Amino acid sequence: MIARTEPNPLNTYRAGPDERGHFGLYGGRFVAETLMPLILDLERAYAEARADPAFHAELADLLTHYAGRPSPLYFAERLTSHLGGAKIYFKRDELNHTGSHKINNCLGQIQLARRMGKTRIIAETGAGQHGVAVATVAARFGLPCVIYMGTTDIKRQRPNVFRMKLLGAEVKPVTSGSGTLKDAMNDALRDWVANVHDTFYIIGTVAGPHPYPAMVRDFQSVIGRETREQMLEREGRLPDTLVACIGGGSNAMGLFHPFLDERSVAIYGVEAGGYGLEIMNGHAASMSGGKPGVLHGNRTYLLQDDDGQILEGHSISAGLDYPGVGPEHSWLRDPGRVNYVAVTDEEALQAFQLCTRIEGIIPALEPAHALAYVKKLAPTLPRDNLLVMNMCGRGDKDIFAVAEHLHMEM
Amino acid sequence: MTRIDRRFAELKREGRAGLVTFITAGDPDYDTSLAILKALPASGADIIELGMPFSDPMADGPAIQASSQRALKSGQTMEKTLSLVQAFRAVDDATPLVLMGYYNPIYVYPVDGFVADAVEAGADGLIVVDMPPEEDAELRPAAAAAGLNFIRLATPTTDARRLPAVLANTSGFVYYVSIAGITGTKAPDLAEVKGHVGRIKAQTGLPIAVGFGVKTEGQVSAIAGLAEGVVVGSALVTAIAQSLDQEGNATRTTQPHVLGLVERLAAALRHPAEAAVL
Repeated sequence: MIARTEPNPLNTYRAGPDERGHFGLYGGRFVAETLMPLILDLERAYAEARADPAFHAELADLLTHYAGRPSPLYFAERLTSHLGGAKIYFKRDELNHTGSHKINNCLGQIQLARRMGKTRIIAETGAGQHGVAVATVAARFGLPCVIYMGTTDIKRQRPNVFRMKLLGAEVKPVTSGSGTLKDAMNDALRDWVANVHDTFYIIGTVAGPHPYPAMVRDFQSVIGRETREQMLEREGRLPDTLVACIGGGSNAMGLFHPFLDERSVAIYGVEAGGYGLEIMNGHAASMSGGKPGVLHGNRTYLLQDDDGQILEGHSISAGLDYPGVGPEHSWLRDPGRVNYVAVTDEEALQAFQLCTRIEGIIPALEPAHALAYVKKLAPTLPRDNLLVMNMCGRGDKDIFAVAEHLHMEM
Repeated sequence: MTRIDRRFAELKREGRAGLVTFITAGDPDYDTSLAILKALPASGADIIELGMPFSDPMADGPAIQASSQRALKSGQTMEKTLSLVQAFRAVDDATPLVLMGYYNPIYVYPVDGFVADAVEAGADGLIVVDMPPEEDAELRPAAAAAGLNFIRLATPTTDARRLPAVLANTSGFVYYVSIAGITGTKAPDLAEVKGHVGRIKAQTGLPIAVGFGVKTEGQVSAIAGLAEGVVVGSALVTAIAQSLDQEGNATRTTQPHVLGLVERLAAALRHPAEAAVL
């Protein structure tokens, strides 16, 4: 190894968090005392599970035979020639059982819940993809399950609400705030505080108090590990560019994490720009348009006003409509290891239609944001640039909302 | 010695528990909130907890959530909360005032300025619900150095392993959360509260105030026999909510409604019951 000076000061970006759950300034365990002992229990239980080959074997078996992993790495040939630049691959996590990457994390956490002897499952959901995945694993393992979902999201993600109910979950409408993901998370945390003895909270993204951000990342990193192997097999080398959408950031972290120390890999996280970053409270891009603060158990970039009150934000995508972001993303943002950008609702809708028409894949509105950035980025890159976009969810759930936006008859 | 220490010493001499009343700053508006605040001591409040409104109060039940929302809607800010403290302190130099809330509005204020301004305004203590001992290094030492009591919460889930960490560096009093849950929801189990309070007393000489879920005169009377302080919050902000007109504005009944309840609770507290009675 030749020592050389890098613009980035860190030798590794994969070592976080520290033993207190901090990623530099970010992360931590900002929770009420009632939850603190539970979070410490969870941390111990997860550390034990992580060191247990039987836990990994069981999870691997479920990922293969229940979730359908590995998901394909697909060369999007027509999109590539349409955009005329980088060679575009989709990591097809929308083909997983339940239709998104969320199942990867839920299978891990339900295994942990069972190890800990918990008998009741709760979760928050925005787009309903996480809620459906939680309801699915709860059904699979015979545990009762309560899903908190904002009333605004219940309206715009009707198919997923119905799926959760079919799976036997109780969907509790959350009316506080603007009735979106943030409010659902508040109510799930309140439920947990009130049901400490039997309840396991399956958080759906790389946020919340430690150990959730690291744990969810670990369960989602299967995306990046597979991508690495598949790309090596297919092209004989690593990808050059990674692109994924960011709400809380779990699909992105899952793709990015195994590549963070590969300096040759350029990484882009795409936030929801809503009506535009210049519109106050009109977007959900916490890193492009927010500042550090403390919410939901961790310090991270947040959409907030000058007085520290959290803003509701806006995105056409219920899954990205969250005023915060996982703390590890905030930590990767500051030194510039990952480039965080934003696209608008309108750009995402256009990308949604483009992908549907020329690749025959209906993307969820969440990865449609990643795709909208690929539309801008790919043409600026050389043809031998290998670009991987995480197609983290399928768009069946979004057809009603899209029809409304495009003024189409169903 | 802080006002909190002095007040608990006085209560000890009087041989009774203290009534700790919680209201949210700016609920339902700045002027009404100030008027209630000023009248609380005469109505029987021994210690005042003033909530710093936050958009996402994760440990609070519907009553205090709504009260925070009313305050924010009426334009309450941290600056205005501190000015309420100052205005109260101008007319009352004896009643301890504890600011209670969540960390983010303090963090963005920012911390150093907040501590200085809170002391300057006349606050005596600080309860930051989402700041456990593991995360308090960025606020507690600064608050303590400035003379603010840093009051920690102990809960039914605080086991023997954690209790020493919770009690270390706590000052003023220990706030015992009487239920595993959010504010104003379940009713505390008095036998359990008695056991937990006993466990805490074995490890600290600090006074203990018991709150979360304490609403009725009967509960106040019972808990007054177990601890040095009884905290009532949700019931008071509910009384505010009930007195508002359809647009959510204060009415002539707002102050008497809240203060009347405080008077009844203060009377109940002076007649502590044996837990067994209930």
